[in-house]
Amino acid sequence: MVDIVVRKIVVGVEDVFHEGGPRAAVPLRRGWVAAVIENPYAGAYVENIQPMMDDLKPLGLAMARRLAEALGGAKAVQGYGKAAIVGQAGELEHGALWHAPGGYGMREVLGGAKAIVPSTKKVGGPGTRIDVPVTHINASYVRSHFDAIEVGLADAPRAREMVLILVMTTGARVHARAGGLAVHEIKGEDGLR
Amino acid sequence: MTQARIRRLLTVVEETRTEMGRTIDPPTRKAAAVAVIANPFARRYVEDLEELMVIGEELGDLLGRKAVAALGVRPEAIESFGKAAVVGEGGELEHAAAILHPRLGKPLRAAVEKGAALVPSAKKMGGPGIAIDVPLGHKDAAFVRSHFDAIEVHVADAPRADEIVVAVAVADSGRPLPRIGGLQKHEVVGKDGLR
Repeated sequence: MVDIVVRKIVVGVEDVFHEGGPRAAVPLRRGWVAAVIENPYAGAYVENIQPMMDDLKPLGLAMARRLAEALGGAKAVQGYGKAAIVGQAGELEHGALWHAPGGYGMREVLGGAKAIVPSTKKVGGPGTRIDVPVTHINASYVRSHFDAIEVGLADAPRAREMVLILVMTTGARVHARAGGLAVHEIKGEDGLR
Repeated sequence: MTQARIRRLLTVVEETRTEMGRTIDPPTRKAAAVAVIANPFARRYVEDLEELMVIGEELGDLLGRKAVAALGVRPEAIESFGKAAVVGEGGELEHAAAILHPRLGKPLRAAVEKGAALVPSAKKMGGPGIAIDVPLGHKDAAFVRSHFDAIEVHVADAPRADEIVVAVAVADSGRPLPRIGGLQKHEVVGKDGLR
């Protein structure tokens, strides 16, 4: 059992009205939540790190709730993604600990989203920014929803910290017109199409 | 016929030899091939993005082969892939989508021989020197947990306002010290792209 010690949680939301083309009737909303936590494995190689995945579940759930709320409720959410930035006293593998609990939290809140949650991870210092990929929550191949949100915090991660991130969106890119699988064509069986 | 007006091509290879004080032998290796191209639709809204889709097909082939060549391995030795684009301020996000999604994947899959999985991707708008994290996932089974990763790329002088930076990444291995469980690469069936 590992204590999850949170230093701060930050939420960001942007409303996109247009990008040089026709103005959207309903703006696309894109949001992110980042938690800065202590890295209990910083400073030395620890072989068995898997227990922390369960310990992170409550945080994953709380973050997913908070983010969905910021976007207008779980029903409004159509896209998602996750990421981790590990401070320099840690290793890349510590970022991978976020896969299971981050995905769990969002699926709980969104009511069983079917698609794999796209992700990125890296090691970095304070101010490091990371591009968090976004795909449709029920069908990875929905082309209008492929996106990414850049997230970073000026003062994190410190050497012995990790920044854990979830992102969600409320719809397609604001001028989506690259074709491909559309939302109304989703079968919703395999999480892909 | 070449459609893309390419200003620069770059490749970067990352080889990790130690992690957390432990020797990684053989080293894990990932590579990215990057093209800086002119955006034919900069500074105006154009409805039909076909021209960028053709460019995407061309770059999937060019960058896919370059990235694999940078690792110096046979195509079938590639285990992961990913793609990304950054659009200069004179363009729009959708230009990245038109390059990355409709046609780039097929020639990239040919370059790595197979590739049943979705090619993970990222896109954004930005100015010269901006970095982008290119997601990496196992090429035949998206759920292989040891291979979830990313590689950061940037070009100091790009994208200018009327340019797009397009990146393709590949890896011949997963993370350096994978130990968080999940689907393992030796368990991959490789039919549905997921497992």
